Amino acid sequence: MPAAQPAPLTLVPPAAEPAPRTIVDIRNLTLTYQAADHPVYALSDVSLSISKGDFISLIGPSGCGKTTLMRVVADLEQPTSGEVTVNGMTPEQARLKRAYGYVFQAPALYPWRTVERNVMLPLEIMGLPKAERQQRAREQLELVGLAGFERKFPWQLSGGMQQRVSIARALAFAPDLLLMDEPFGALDEITRDHLNLQLTRLWLSTRKTCIFVTHSIAEAVFLSTRIVVMSPRPGRILDVIDCDRDLPRERTLDIRESPEFQRIAHRVRDGLMEGHSYDD
Amino acid sequence: MNRPNMAPPTMAPWPLVMLAAPLLPFATLDGTALYLPQIPAALALFALSVATILARRLPGSALGEALLLLAGVAAAYATPLVLLTQGHALAQAGGLWLSVAGTTLLLWRVLALLADVAGPVRLAGPALFGLALVMLWEILTRGFQVPTILLPPPSLVLTAFAANAADLWDDFRQTVLISVLRGYLIGCGAGFLVAILADRVPFLARGLLPLGNLASAVPVVGIAPIMVMWFGFDWQSKAAVIVVMTFFPMLINTLAGLQSAERIQLDLMRSYGAGYWRTLAMLRLPCALPFLFNGLKINSTLALIGAIVAEFFGTPVVGMGFRISTQVARMNLDVVWATIAVAALTGSLLYGALALAERHVTAWHPSFRKR
Ligand SMILES: Nc1ncnc2c1ncn2[C@@H]1O[C@H](COP(=O)(O)OP(=O)(O)OP(=O)(O)O)[C@@H](O)[C@H]1O
Ligand SMILES: [Mg+2]
Repeated sequence: MPAAQPAPLTLVPPAAEPAPRTIVDIRNLTLTYQAADHPVYALSDVSLSISKGDFISLIGPSGCGKTTLMRVVADLEQPTSGEVTVNGMTPEQARLKRAYGYVFQAPALYPWRTVERNVMLPLEIMGLPKAERQQRAREQLELVGLAGFERKFPWQLSGGMQQRVSIARALAFAPDLLLMDEPFGALDEITRDHLNLQLTRLWLSTRKTCIFVTHSIAEAVFLSTRIVVMSPRPGRILDVIDCDRDLPRERTLDIRESPEFQRIAHRVRDGLMEGHSYDD
Repeated sequence: MNRPNMAPPTMAPWPLVMLAAPLLPFATLDGTALYLPQIPAALALFALSVATILARRLPGSALGEALLLLAGVAAAYATPLVLLTQGHALAQAGGLWLSVAGTTLLLWRVLALLADVAGPVRLAGPALFGLALVMLWEILTRGFQVPTILLPPPSLVLTAFAANAADLWDDFRQTVLISVLRGYLIGCGAGFLVAILADRVPFLARGLLPLGNLASAVPVVGIAPIMVMWFGFDWQSKAAVIVVMTFFPMLINTLAGLQSAERIQLDLMRSYGAGYWRTLAMLRLPCALPFLFNGLKINSTLALIGAIVAEFFGTPVVGMGFRISTQVARMNLDVVWATIAVAALTGSLLYGALALAERHVTAWHPSFRKR
C-alpha cells in the first residue's frame, strides 16, 4: 500500500496557513465495558490527533467502537485508560465550556417542545436573548430544508426530518467541535447529497472541527480531510487516510467521479474488508 | 363499522318487545288490573313512543333520528310517573315495565347514533346516559315502593338537597374547601419535594420506598382516630390523615417520573454542560409530568375519602363525614344521599379538572397526541 505513506512535510499545501493547532488529542485510549458476563473491549489502544479545522470521518463495521470513541471525546463515557485532551483541557472542562455540538445516532428531540424550540434548547441553556435564539433557529432550519415546520412537534415529522432537526440544533449553537454520529443514516440519497453539500459549505465557511461517523464510503471520502478506518473486537484504528492531498478543499458532487476520489474510496474499502475478516 | 354517511345502520329489533306491552296490565287501581285502553294518558304516551319508532326515518339524519327516538323514550319514562300521580299502583304492571324495558333498549340506539354525530353533540351522550340512570332509579324505586330507608328516589334526595342547602354548603366548605384542599396541597407538595430530595440522595429513596408500601397498607380507620387525638377536632387532624394517605403515592409517582427520562435525552443535556437543576427543569420534570398527574389524580379521590372518614372520629359539628354519621343515626337517609351526591360530584369534578389539565399540559404525550 504505497499510497499509505504519510506525506512529507514539504508537500503540505503551500498556503500561508499557520501550522494547524491540535484540538483533540487521543493517546493510547482503551475502554472496556464491564458487561454482565464478560468484558467488552470497545476500544483498544486508540491514538489519534485532530487538528483545528479537520473534518474526520470514522468508518468501520457495526460495533467497532465509533460511537464509544465520540462519547469519550464528549465526556459522556470514561476511558479505562489512556488520555484525551480537547483544546488542552480535559473533556469534562471542554464540555462545561460548551465546546461540543453532538448529533446523536437517534434524533433525541424533546416531544413537548416544538421543532423550533427544540433547536433553541442549547441557545436557551447558553442564555442567548430570545430574538437571537429565534433568528438562529430559523436560519438553521432553513439550511436543513425544514423552513415552515417551526411550529410542528417532533412526532409530527418523519424520522429523517427529525434527524435533520437534531442537526439544525447542533449547528445553531455554533460549537467549536461538531460530533456527528451517523447524522444522515436515515435520509434518502438526494436529501443526503444536498445535506452533504451544505455541510461542506458550512465547514468551509466556518472551519469548524468535525468528527463524523458514517457507514457510507462515498460520504466519508466526499466530506473528510482524513478518514479513520476502524475494526472491531477489540475496537482499534486500522488506517488513517488523508484526503486533503489529492482532493481540493472545495468539493462538488461531481468530484465523486474523479479517479483520485475512486482511489481513496478503494483504499477505504480495502481497510474495511480487512477489519471484517476478523469477524470469522 | 364504516358505512356511507347517509344510511345509518338498521335498528336491532329488541325495542319491539314493547309491542307486547298492551297484552299485560299497565297499572292496578284499588286492586283491579287496568289495561292500556282503560288509561287514556298511558295510551297516549305509548302511542307516542310507538309512533317515534315508526317515523324514525323521516328526519333523514342521524341527529334527527336520535332526537325523535329520544322523545319516544321520554314519553315511556314519563308514563309511570304520570300514573303514580293519578294514584295507580305499579308493582304488578307487567305491560308498563315491558314498555319501559323496550324503550331503554331504544335509548341504546339513541346513544349509538349520537356517538357517530360530529361536534359538541357527542358530549350529550354520556350526559343522557347518566340522566337515564337517574330516571330509571326514580321510576323503579317509586314504582316498586322501595322503602326510602333502603334507597330513596332521586326526587326525594333533591328535595332534601334543597331543604338542607345551607347545611350542605357548610359541610362542603368545611370538608372540601378547608380540610381536603389543605391536606391535599400539603401531602402532594411534600411528596413532590421529598421525591426530588430522594432523587438527589439515593439512600433516602431506598429507605423511603419500603415505607411507602407499608403506609399504603395502613387503614384510614386506624390512623384517623389517632390523628384526631394528636391534632384535635378541627381541620388539622383531617389534613393530617390526608397527608398520610397522599404523601407516598405522590412520592412514588414523582420518583418514577424523574427516572423516566431516556439516557440519550440526558446525554444531550450533559453535552450542553447543563447542571442538575437545569436538567431537572428542562428535561426531567417535563418527562415526569404524566406521572405527576397520575399521582395527583389518585390522590384527589384518596383525599376526599380520607377527610370524610376522618370526620367520623370527631369534628366540629359540621362536615360531610359528620353529616353522614349523624343523619344515618337519625334515619334521615335522604340527607345522607344528598351528602353522598355532593361528595361524588366533588370527586368527579376534581378528577375531571385534573384530567383536563393533564390533557392540556401533556398534549405531547403518546396517549394524547393527535397528528
Ligand atoms: N453501555 C454499554 N455497555 C456495554 N457494552 C457496550 C455499551 N455501549 C457499547 N457497548 C459495546 O461496545 C462496542 C462498541 O459499541 P459502539 O456503540 O461504539 O459501536 P459503533 O461502532 O458505534 O456501532 P454502530 O455502527 O452499530 O453504531 C459494541 O460491541 C457494543 O456492544
Ligand atoms: Mg454507533
